[in-house]
Amino acid sequence: MNRRMHHLALTLVLAAATLVAAASPAAAGAGGTLTVYSGRTPELIQPLLDEFSAESGIEIEARFGDSADLALLIDEEGDQTPADVFISQSPGATGYLDGQDRLRRIDQDVLDVVAPAYRASDGRWVGVSGRVRVLVYNTDLVKPRDLPDSVFELTKPKYEDQVAVAPTNGSFQDFVTAMRELEGEGRTKKWLAGMEANGARAYASNSAIVEAVARGEVPMGLVNHYYAALAKAADPATPVENHVFEDQDVGSVILVTAAAVVDQTDDRKAAEQFVRYLLSKSAQTHLAEDEFEYPLARGVKPLGDLPPLSKVDAPKLDLSSLGGGLLRTRELIAESGLEQA
Amino acid sequence: MTTAAPVPAPLMPAPLSSGLRAPRAPRSLVATSALIAALFAGPLLYLAIRTVGFGSGALDVLASSDAAGPLLRTLLLAASVSASCALLGTGLAWLVVRTDLPGRRALRVLLVLPLVIPSFVGALALQAAFATGGLVDRLLDVGAPPRIEGFWAAFGVLTLLSYPYVYLPVVARLVALPPELEESARSLGRTPVQVFRSIVLPQTTGAIAAGSLLTSLYCVSEFGAVSLVRYDTLTLRIQATRLFDRETSITLSLLLAVVALAIVLSERALARRRVPIEAVGAGRRAHQTALGRWRLPAIAAVGAVLMLALVAPVAVLAEWAARGDGARFGGAGAGTDFLGPVLNTVGVSTVTALVATVAVLPLAYLTVRHRSRVGGAVNALVVGGFALPGLVIALALVFWVLGTPVVSALYQSFPLLVFAYVVHFGAQAMRASQVAISGLPRRVEDAARSLGASRWRRLRTIELPLIAPGLAAGAGLVLLATMKELPATLLLAPTGFETLATRIWSASESGLLARAGLTALVLVACSAALTWLVMVRRLRWVDSAERGSSRAASSR
Repeated sequence: MNRRMHHLALTLVLAAATLVAAASPAAAGAGGTLTVYSGRTPELIQPLLDEFSAESGIEIEARFGDSADLALLIDEEGDQTPADVFISQSPGATGYLDGQDRLRRIDQDVLDVVAPAYRASDGRWVGVSGRVRVLVYNTDLVKPRDLPDSVFELTKPKYEDQVAVAPTNGSFQDFVTAMRELEGEGRTKKWLAGMEANGARAYASNSAIVEAVARGEVPMGLVNHYYAALAKAADPATPVENHVFEDQDVGSVILVTAAAVVDQTDDRKAAEQFVRYLLSKSAQTHLAEDEFEYPLARGVKPLGDLPPLSKVDAPKLDLSSLGGGLLRTRELIAESGLEQA
Repeated sequence: MTTAAPVPAPLMPAPLSSGLRAPRAPRSLVATSALIAALFAGPLLYLAIRTVGFGSGALDVLASSDAAGPLLRTLLLAASVSASCALLGTGLAWLVVRTDLPGRRALRVLLVLPLVIPSFVGALALQAAFATGGLVDRLLDVGAPPRIEGFWAAFGVLTLLSYPYVYLPVVARLVALPPELEESARSLGRTPVQVFRSIVLPQTTGAIAAGSLLTSLYCVSEFGAVSLVRYDTLTLRIQATRLFDRETSITLSLLLAVVALAIVLSERALARRRVPIEAVGAGRRAHQTALGRWRLPAIAAVGAVLMLALVAPVAVLAEWAARGDGARFGGAGAGTDFLGPVLNTVGVSTVTALVATVAVLPLAYLTVRHRSRVGGAVNALVVGGFALPGLVIALALVFWVLGTPVVSALYQSFPLLVFAYVVHFGAQAMRASQVAISGLPRRVEDAARSLGASRWRRLRTIELPLIAPGLAAGAGLVLLATMKELPATLLLAPTGFETLATRIWSASESGLLARAGLTALVLVACSAALTWLVMVRRLRWVDSAERGSSRAASSR
């Protein structure tokens, strides 16, 4: 080993030591520490965590990741899980932990901040923000009067080769589960087969669909409502608009981002304090502004150009049911052949 | 080639490597190796325990349509991509080491770099290039361009991004190959093609096989690209079912592990049948074939590869970065706060590369230099880990670490994260070390031993300097893989430990494409710098050899 190698090795060891030191958790603040596993990314939620810590004196240690992966992690960690609160972007992930009996009933005071439609019937999770399923369309290619009144019209010849779907995407699957709950399995199966026969085009994700619609590769697509707003925030000239289905059509079902308290929490009070904070006016406004989502706490209005939640006229659905039926949903989607489209 | 004559006997070096007279392994080496390999067995045991827990349900999964189709597609992809990478990687290596290709010194470095492009970026780049209104559409105006999907898309992307697994070891091998063999064959009237087939190919088979093995395991484990081009392989099914159908997900993971073990074991069986005659004798002026009228086609081919595998993905990232994220978050999307993630990424990857290289060294010695019954098992355990999804490795470590007293204090700490990476990527260091050790002339070692040098002294003063380039190549591969790793990092890193890969993930999940693109460019730049530092710089002595200054590594 020559001298330069020695220097290199020494530098590396020092770097490693610094990293270990920097990475060790900071000493807990006066108000204790709360561990949050968040399916929502730091870009979107860190300001809220900081504000909560500043207000309450409770330090937050946050771990970010895909909602499903974090649910599996909490499950695998069992009674040794460090997590106190789980923030989930997907009803499936929340439903999974609920099904494993790993969530704790939240205090009624906190639950009551949100309308019963957007929280678990067993009180084990509460909706923090909402996403509406919509039909996004290219304004250069599609005239508003040509838009369908119901998602079921998309199987008609008029829409042949016109519609993009994301069959492997969690939100699409949640929407199909909702369709099964509300319209029955037979009609859902028929719709999926009809979409496939009508030349629906499959994409990997919601954002891939919105990109494809924006550049005119496909005229319209089934996605969550905020992707169009995100695209326009980046470039106001993007030619996309959302079409919301009315009359309680399942095409515009509302999916929620949920907060839940993990059963093994060692500080239930602090955990609920945090969930309550997420439903506070300032937190709700922040969620609405930065991801263009629907606030769910009563009395907080959505951002300017979004239609109010009451106007969306979404179908009435027990959101708790979404967690359980995903396996069957996936089977139906696989059988339809949409994934191969 | 019917007139192939054997190389004149005096030029053929005596057998130098393992196999012919491998001694029985010392007990201490076997014990150390078994201990280290046991640590690598965690994920496999975890999968086995879980699968057994499902009982007959697991058998139902294997009999279902979830298993057969995806398994076949996984195998098809692994076989076809490793074959095409073997061709492409070997061809490119020969062009830049053994011909008068213009600009070969710069190309030698550039051709390694596609390895640093995350696979999902490569897939996105290809899709963006072929999209409506994309580059191909604008340039060629062919109407509706084809959608980049399915087998051919997966095959193309993975070939372009993983050929360096073959290219790197073959370059290293060619550099060490004494030029006399080729020169005398030429002087006997053989054409360059004949020389390539009768001398170069047999002498590089070991390196090609090592690279192809890594390529095929990489394909088996790949998720980012196959999900974007929607090619329905085992990893896609494992991911799709991981939450609400754990039985299917875990059983398919075990199936994937078995596939990986089968690949590793069959490669080893093939390697044992090869006659291990590898000539080493670097330091002389390299043999050079004049390309002649093949000059232009060769330049075009190398240019096309670099264009598709390096320039296009980087251009796509740059376009994202330039697009801007608008006014969201008060412009914070631009993200100039790269220092933390860069230090974390480079730090943890460097530590991982060092630990992995040291950890697999005894195993590499055991498997290459000695006859031992545990050798095959040790090899399969370590190398097979490369094929498992990161999520499975992470969950398995959660299971073992939290279930073990005392060790559980390490949960979600820096050392545990490094350990997870080593289990995941140790294979790359292992295979590179094996190639390096098998190229080590046993004669040198024998001579040192007969002069009374101790085992440690021989290792330090004679063997390490000779195998250092090979070890560095292995360490470099581990380094690059670690820098790109995401699922295990998210679950096992210490709280608040942000890497470039986690930043790319969170930015793109938040719809901040510019921030994601910029971070990915930083990742590519860091990877490229480290690649140069660790691996490529060591190849420079080819150039100094070309200039006439020699370095002693001759076996004759």
